[in-house]
Amino acid sequence: MKYAYYPGCSLECNAAAYDNSVHEVADLLGIKLQTLDDWNCCGATEYFSQDELTACAVIARNLALVEPQVNQLVAPCAACYLNLKKTDRLMSDHAELGAKVNECLAAGGLNYKPGRVTVRHMLDVIVDDIGETAVRDKVVRPLTGLKVAPYYGCQVVRPIADGDCTEYPMKMDHLLTWIGAEVVDYPVKAHCCGGHMTQISEPQAFELIRRLLQSAQDYQADMILCMCPMCQLNLDGYQGRVNGFFGSDFKLPIMYFTQMLGIAFGLEPKKLGFGKELVAALPVLKAKLNGQFALS
Amino acid sequence: MAEKIGIYVCHCGSNIAGTVDVEEVARWAGVNVKDVVISKDYKFMCSSLGQQMIEDDIKKEGLTGVVVGACSPHLHEKTFRATCSRAGLNPFLCQMTNLREHVSWVNSDKEAGTVKAKSLISAAAERVKHQAPLEPMRVKVNPATLVVGGGIAGLQATLELADAGYHVYLVEREPSIGGHMAQFDKTFPTLDCSACILTPKMSEVGQHENVTMLTYSELEEVSGSVGNFKVKIRKKARYVNYDKCTGCGICVEKCPRKVIDDVFEVGMGHRKAIYTPFPQAVPRVPVIDTANCTYFTKGKCQVCSKICPTAAIDYEQQDEIVELEVGNIIMATGWKLFDCKKIPQYGYGRLANVYTNMEFERLCNAAGPTNGKIVLRDGKTEPKSVAIIHCVGSRDVKTNPYCSSVCCMAALKLEHLILEKTKAEVYAFYIDMRTPMKEYEEFYQRLLEEGVHFVRGKVAEVTDAARMPDEQGKLIVQVEDTLVGKQRRIPVDMVVLMGAIEPQADAKEIGLKCGISCSMAGWYTERHPKLDPVATMTDGVFVAGVCQGPKDIPASVAQGAAAAARVQGMITKGEVLIEPIVASINEEGCSGCRICNTMCPYNAIEFDEEKNVSRVITALCKGCGTCVAACPAGVITGAHFNNEQIFAEIEGILWDAKPQTEKKELQTAK
Amino acid sequence: MENFEPKIVGFLCNWCSYRAADLAGSARIKYPPNVRIIRVMCSGRVDPTFVFKALADGADGVMIAGCHPGECHYIEQNYKAMRRFSMLKHTLDAMGVESDRVQLVWASAAEGQRLAEAIEKLVSDVKRLGPLKWPANWQEDESRLEALENIVKEHAEAMEVPQ
Repeated sequence: MKYAYYPGCSLECNAAAYDNSVHEVADLLGIKLQTLDDWNCCGATEYFSQDELTACAVIARNLALVEPQVNQLVAPCAACYLNLKKTDRLMSDHAELGAKVNECLAAGGLNYKPGRVTVRHMLDVIVDDIGETAVRDKVVRPLTGLKVAPYYGCQVVRPIADGDCTEYPMKMDHLLTWIGAEVVDYPVKAHCCGGHMTQISEPQAFELIRRLLQSAQDYQADMILCMCPMCQLNLDGYQGRVNGFFGSDFKLPIMYFTQMLGIAFGLEPKKLGFGKELVAALPVLKAKLNGQFALS
Repeated sequence: MAEKIGIYVCHCGSNIAGTVDVEEVARWAGVNVKDVVISKDYKFMCSSLGQQMIEDDIKKEGLTGVVVGACSPHLHEKTFRATCSRAGLNPFLCQMTNLREHVSWVNSDKEAGTVKAKSLISAAAERVKHQAPLEPMRVKVNPATLVVGGGIAGLQATLELADAGYHVYLVEREPSIGGHMAQFDKTFPTLDCSACILTPKMSEVGQHENVTMLTYSELEEVSGSVGNFKVKIRKKARYVNYDKCTGCGICVEKCPRKVIDDVFEVGMGHRKAIYTPFPQAVPRVPVIDTANCTYFTKGKCQVCSKICPTAAIDYEQQDEIVELEVGNIIMATGWKLFDCKKIPQYGYGRLANVYTNMEFERLCNAAGPTNGKIVLRDGKTEPKSVAIIHCVGSRDVKTNPYCSSVCCMAALKLEHLILEKTKAEVYAFYIDMRTPMKEYEEFYQRLLEEGVHFVRGKVAEVTDAARMPDEQGKLIVQVEDTLVGKQRRIPVDMVVLMGAIEPQADAKEIGLKCGISCSMAGWYTERHPKLDPVATMTDGVFVAGVCQGPKDIPASVAQGAAAAARVQGMITKGEVLIEPIVASINEEGCSGCRICNTMCPYNAIEFDEEKNVSRVITALCKGCGTCVAACPAGVITGAHFNNEQIFAEIEGILWDAKPQTEKKELQTAK
Repeated sequence: MENFEPKIVGFLCNWCSYRAADLAGSARIKYPPNVRIIRVMCSGRVDPTFVFKALADGADGVMIAGCHPGECHYIEQNYKAMRRFSMLKHTLDAMGVESDRVQLVWASAAEGQRLAEAIEKLVSDVKRLGPLKWPANWQEDESRLEALENIVKEHAEAMEVPQ
């Protein structure tokens, strides 16, 4: 299966591990990802609150870049995913806006017909298109004994959850059971990580992060698995600061779900971007996977 | 004989006249439609004055056909046919056309509406000229009635009819009659004990000489029509001989196999593998649950058989099909509870102390698994605080858009019971408080005074993720209190979800068996939502209780009685008139190809081998007309819907589309 | 062509689709006034000649509506309408009538909205196709009518094959 691929800015730098692991896992599962040529930033969450037309135009440019013979675009980053999906929907629901956006695109010789491209999240592609049997077939190193807390965050499941519950999503839960992990059913899996709140008010942001870490820890999770670079950054990057602020002692590795998928498929941790996280994951894997985890 | 057509266009107040120029339509028809001798408009044609006008015209002008352009024929066809009848004109020479539902109400452009109205009037006028006088068929009404569903609505209907001296077959799917009402503890707003008022009715039904109870049975097939239905009922094997069993209950007592009761006790309690659902069950004859019975699963045990004093246990019993003949059917199939797991953020099935309202009813019930003690899942701890969440799966576009109508009152009742039985603080989370019936609002006021904490807001989630020390080990209800305008987190020990009332899972399937349809939500469709709420579009089939839409016990009882009254009316009259819309075959033209034979789903067409022709059995024909359309020789006629009539209607309806020059008639194969 | 208001004849079954149209009315759902409704007891009653007749008399399109498959008031007659419809399409194709002009729609008595949407679609499809002008065309050439008659005849003969 062939998909256009939109990495987004985060996956170029702080979330390189996500990008690495997405490609590794996609290759193994036969998902052909073709990176958009000359893609541009999605404007993140901020641009939309500044100016809708400009925001839409910036995003729609990426949709317009998708080759005519491909009709699906994969975006692993939650913010990019939501922005792309939202823009497509706005353009089709509001014809006037759509026309204005296309006027903007015309300046660059581009055009986008709303509805032509379906924006997909990597999780949906793996769960819905590849499916349980194919995923299970590829597992050579089941994650038996490892307790993982799937963390969905807000943007992939709200407001539009592709075949999942917006309030209490289950897709990643299912996927992780297919690769042998013990899934922790903790109550905050779709709560907000605070997003950019760290830049505005640290106490508020830290409290949001603490709640997530606390709940996962209460349910004895060995690690939290993310599907968004922002969530990963907040939970991993600020974990030390949160500990300092609250006097807590969290030591939970925060990984991307694709990284653990890669481990279960027997791929090299290094190729999957292990080691880029701040709270080290490999020692936990070593301890929990009962020696079947041979470090290379 | 020259045709003399009268046209009557109704204003329906401003309902039609608002977007159709009715005066112009009447004027136009009088001038432009051939054979029209009178064309009038009138404010309300269905009023006695309007009808009188038509009657007078028929008599005075000797009208040969009447066209009424008004509302849907489903509403007033009977009215205007009767009008014609009174004036001596055969009712089938009256044609109604729908200027309200099909024109004025769906259109806001008066000019276009007027053109469309003209088309429909012209079509009806052309058609009525080809209509023939018909006589309705008279059919005797079998005085026996089938009631499907043994809940309170079905029980009421059964008793009304049986007490009036007519025989009733009462079919119930579960081993006992009683329905959901048997599960409740108290009833609102009077707080009388549900079982105390229900069980006398149950035993009355059980002992009634005019009632044949068919419990643990399902409706299998319905054929025939009003007055003479033939019904097949599947009596599921009980593995207990109904006639031999005395209901002593010793088999139940001695049965070594205990299983969780998912039906009557909604998973809160146990029953045996041989069981009656509850102690006051009617009948008292138990059933064996073969999926759990040790003998059926492992081949040994037979304790019940050994101990039964009347040798009533019969492991070889098979399902039995019972065939009944009845004149009318009352559907009272009830409802099921919304699956609260479909709203996962409320934690049902995940967080132990989140309950559904039905579970909580059993918990409150003195005859329930805890003998009426309100305790947490551990079976001993009394909750110090309880949250009751209204509208779970109701008034929610993601689940059910409708209001389940009884949950506010049911919740208030449960809230009262918690206050009465425990020292717990009670929090009620509601969107709007709906207490519209007699003494309901007063009950709400009483609860306000009793000290329930009412919070107006839709609950976002129920979670065990504590943020504050006082939330530790509690269930936290997160809600936006829309009266205060604040987010609130309320820690409680127990949460009760007021699940929506939903149609039975197989309501549609069962409905189709008797030819009745469901609304979008899945409730049985009544003939008219206001004026005919217990009849259906299928003559002889009535609906009662929640299967027609969410309602409380008093309303269900009222509907059960209403349906019974309708049926009694039919029985007392003794015969029904059936529209003579049936097919007939002109044997002279029939080639005996038998194509029509296979077209008929009612086997209403027989083949005469000797004469090599097909023949319609009028009593079986339902008048769909499929054979008429299929006959290659064109010798089947559908009364009141024959080709000539429909062709005329097509020509009339396209009055403004005919080409300028005279065209040659299209000669069809018919 | 901009102001073209097509004339469309709708054959609606008494039990589901006619009631759906009634419901659309009671719910005051607005839809284009182009479809003029004729009530038949069942979609199975709709003889293909009704459709030809309507088109021949100047209709630009035809709607046939019945109960949903499996929900027919007469058990299964809408399946017969469905089979007949696909053959009707072949014939119309052969005659050069665009297939969007004649549409088969299912609407239950509860689906006023659905019926209104189907009418909207049909009207916009027919508007796009423009006037049919069937009768006018025959005026030009008698042989067309002859051919048409033959096709109708053949169709009627071939229409029902005993199972």
